[in-house]
Amino acid sequence: MKFGVVVFPGTWSDTDCHHVLQNVFHQSVEYVWHKDTDLSGYDCIVLPGGFSYGDYLRCGALARFSPVMRSVEKFAAEGGLVIGICNGFQVLCEAGLLPGVLVRNDHLQFRCQWTNLRVESSASPFTNAAAEGQVLHVPIAHGEGNYFADPDTIAMLERDDRVLFRYCSEDGEITVAANPNGSLNNIAGITNEGRNVMGMMPHPERCCESLVGGVDGRAIFESLLATAIPDMVLP
Amino acid sequence: MTELKQSLDELALTEAEYEAIVDRIGREPNMLELGLFGSLWSEHCGYQHSKPLLRLFAAKSPRLLVNPGEENAGVVDIGEGLAVVFKIESHNHPSAIEPYEGAATGVGGIVRDILAMGARPIALMNSLRFGPLSDPANRYLFNGVVSGISAYGNCIGIPDVGGEVCFSESYSGNPLVNAMCVGLVEKDSMLRATTGGPGSLLMLVGADTGRDGIHGASGLASRTFEEERELRPTVQASNPFLEKVLIEACLEAVATGRLTGLQDLGAAGLTSAALEAASSGGSGLEIDVSLVPRRDSGMTPYEVMLSESQERMLVVIEEEHVGPIKDIFDKWGLTSTVIGRATDTGRAVISDGEEAGGDLPVDVLVDAPLYRLEGVKPEGLDALQAYDLGGLPLPDETADAVLLRLLASPNIASKESVYRQYDHQVMTNTVIGPGGDAAVLRIKESKRGLAMSTDGNGRYCFLDPHIGGMIAVAEACRNVAVVGAEPVALTDCLNFGNPERPEAYYQLEECIMGIALASKLLGAPVISGNVSLYNETRGEAIYPTPVIGALGLMDDVTRNASIAFGDEGDVVLLLGATKAGGATESLAGSEYLQIVHGLVAGQPRIDMELEIAVQRACRRAVSGGLVSSAHDCSDGGLAVTVAESCIAGEIGFSGSLEVSGRWDAALFGEEQSRIVISVSAANREAVEGICAEEGAPVALLGEVGGEALVIAGLLDVPVNRIADAWKGGLERAAEGSASTG
Repeated sequence: MKFGVVVFPGTWSDTDCHHVLQNVFHQSVEYVWHKDTDLSGYDCIVLPGGFSYGDYLRCGALARFSPVMRSVEKFAAEGGLVIGICNGFQVLCEAGLLPGVLVRNDHLQFRCQWTNLRVESSASPFTNAAAEGQVLHVPIAHGEGNYFADPDTIAMLERDDRVLFRYCSEDGEITVAANPNGSLNNIAGITNEGRNVMGMMPHPERCCESLVGGVDGRAIFESLLATAIPDMVLP
Repeated sequence: MTELKQSLDELALTEAEYEAIVDRIGREPNMLELGLFGSLWSEHCGYQHSKPLLRLFAAKSPRLLVNPGEENAGVVDIGEGLAVVFKIESHNHPSAIEPYEGAATGVGGIVRDILAMGARPIALMNSLRFGPLSDPANRYLFNGVVSGISAYGNCIGIPDVGGEVCFSESYSGNPLVNAMCVGLVEKDSMLRATTGGPGSLLMLVGADTGRDGIHGASGLASRTFEEERELRPTVQASNPFLEKVLIEACLEAVATGRLTGLQDLGAAGLTSAALEAASSGGSGLEIDVSLVPRRDSGMTPYEVMLSESQERMLVVIEEEHVGPIKDIFDKWGLTSTVIGRATDTGRAVISDGEEAGGDLPVDVLVDAPLYRLEGVKPEGLDALQAYDLGGLPLPDETADAVLLRLLASPNIASKESVYRQYDHQVMTNTVIGPGGDAAVLRIKESKRGLAMSTDGNGRYCFLDPHIGGMIAVAEACRNVAVVGAEPVALTDCLNFGNPERPEAYYQLEECIMGIALASKLLGAPVISGNVSLYNETRGEAIYPTPVIGALGLMDDVTRNASIAFGDEGDVVLLLGATKAGGATESLAGSEYLQIVHGLVAGQPRIDMELEIAVQRACRRAVSGGLVSSAHDCSDGGLAVTVAESCIAGEIGFSGSLEVSGRWDAALFGEEQSRIVISVSAANREAVEGICAEEGAPVALLGEVGGEALVIAGLLDVPVNRIADAWKGGLERAAEGSASTG
């Protein structure tokens, strides 16, 4: 499988995603500079975390105008797999590839901490290797991860099974205490109508190796690989 | 002369220094030239008072790749073609005036120091000191500093893996904000701060130059200040996004192999960057300030040369490489402009287009006068040291109650509410993050690991600067040993009062001697650092506070130990003591003495021979994979150490202590050179064997298990109660609802 990891000025999870895809999953992976527009040959585009353009103005608001985003829109429209992590999720929302918006955490502070995510739907290329109801231990690192949308949008996401991850307690309960940022309905990750674009605030790339914090993040990448290469033997 | 005197005051130059300048250049300097001297002859850049003392640091180690003080940061060879660059630096005065920007630009500055060596910054640590949070002014400083570090560090994508946050009345109004950065570089691509030979071009990269931070080095960092508001414009404003782009662009430029030298613009801006490079390159230089891109109109050459606008680097480059290097900076959206060149004249010639600005010999500019003063032991210190601690009444509360109070005190309580605001995992190298004795980072594609810690106890140094300096080094190295690493080098940030006062000079001199001695004995040379003097507000000096950053090396990063007790039934041992004792001397300068008795007294002590043996034994046991947990015994003593291991492991402990003296001293005394470890019953014999070989005493404390911390006849508290006290302590204080003692 061939991955393209987009680099905006201010992106910093690019190297983490590159490392995991190349050294943990042994996939082909290249950086895509934000001014590049040719995405031919990639199976999956990753929009990584960071502070693209410093998140000045509003997070993701400037990055969405980078030339690469026109190509990402086209790539997604043609059914290509797109995953946005943290800042990447914010960019996808700003670009209109995903509904809703990420606003400031309700407590107004940046948070770097472990969270528990309940897999809400395994009917997506990003979650098919996980079981519904499974709890994944994945860290967050953001100041603006508070998912917000109007009531109709939230109702639609829920109805169409498009919420992929929710913040939950250790044993899978959806509670206020388990919500690290005030997200509506504890939403941590969603997919688009075509189920080929996914955004999530937590960082699965930070937990794919036991030495640095566990392996629960692997489920997301394993799902992608299982989608593209059904008979692949996973590491 | 009045006008001149006012200028000298602004620059913190004395009349005698002015006369020396006139004498050495053979004429009166113009205002621009005087400004250059003011900056370069300041304590901040010229180390006028500290340099003669810093020479006491012996720095001999086969691992050192550059001599200490020669470059922007110290460099340690860690094998496999790699080197680690690290340094700690203060931003105390700016943070006192504008805490958010002061702390943010402190982080930015230390990162550029590491970048200047061509290294990729891979970790940050912060050592912070504030006055008690019961005072709203201190809460303002605390919240501002933490927010500033959070905003800057998170945006640039460098993990903030640990440090310290301490509170004491002595830092009221004069917080200490020390930031450490660690970088990794391939030995062959390491860069120097040099102009290279004549003809090399000086290219300024990054932010446009504005009027911010003028006189930061001379005025702000090199004298005491009473009226802080007047100095606000001397604090710089931060742009972390620009810093992130600058890091990537510079590292891409370094990777081409086309750069001759690289230098950061920090204190005294372009002046010190250019002059230090010229001095180490043995050249002269010409700078045309009219070429410097500005963000303010109408700036004078004086303002351009002394501006401390952030996020700028000076690239030294040969003419034929300008095109390709400029392309890299263009790609990253950065302005890059050739503003001058190295010459063979040995002179610094500053012009403003066609107009002459200044013309001074480089060697005189960088040759700040040095002062070796006479220190005097502070009055009353003898009495404090001789204080009869044995005469203190035993507390009229139970040991359980004392333990809960100590755990909830801001100095000991969990710092999670601070460090969860810092991204400590980005780069995916963090094996042990904040909250332990030392942070541990892996090095990708190598089995090796790096351990790092910062330490410094102002109370100990106040009571005995020499011993306090030794303890700071010993504890920083011990923390690194506890996770299984060998301390290989140190960096220090020396936070002291006005050295022109004999008492402060005594503290500085004694402390440096203590640091030098312990560093030599532990085989970890001081390879970089920073001096922050004049930490006084309204005539009150801070506790003398050296902060030591230790770097440790691990052959196998998977062989580490956390502070958390592991399995039920594991045996708990105390390294460094055959029995817990209860000697009254161990109460000296302790947190217990401060919190329960409201007293800072006694004379701290340390036995370096024991310290070395304990560290060796612990390191061998941990790196041999024999240990389930290891935790250094420090603030709050043995009881607090065991409590923290219980809280981290979410499991109890039961054991007993042989108390030969006072029970409060046995539980809460801060005897040095002790580490609490837990091992499986099967490994106990092997660990005791190592201890015997290294000459480190070891005593059985008890075993892991149950839901309470029990020390027979002394303590019996459920783990969830001690956890509640410890976890909520700092937040309660930060909300202003508790006194910090």
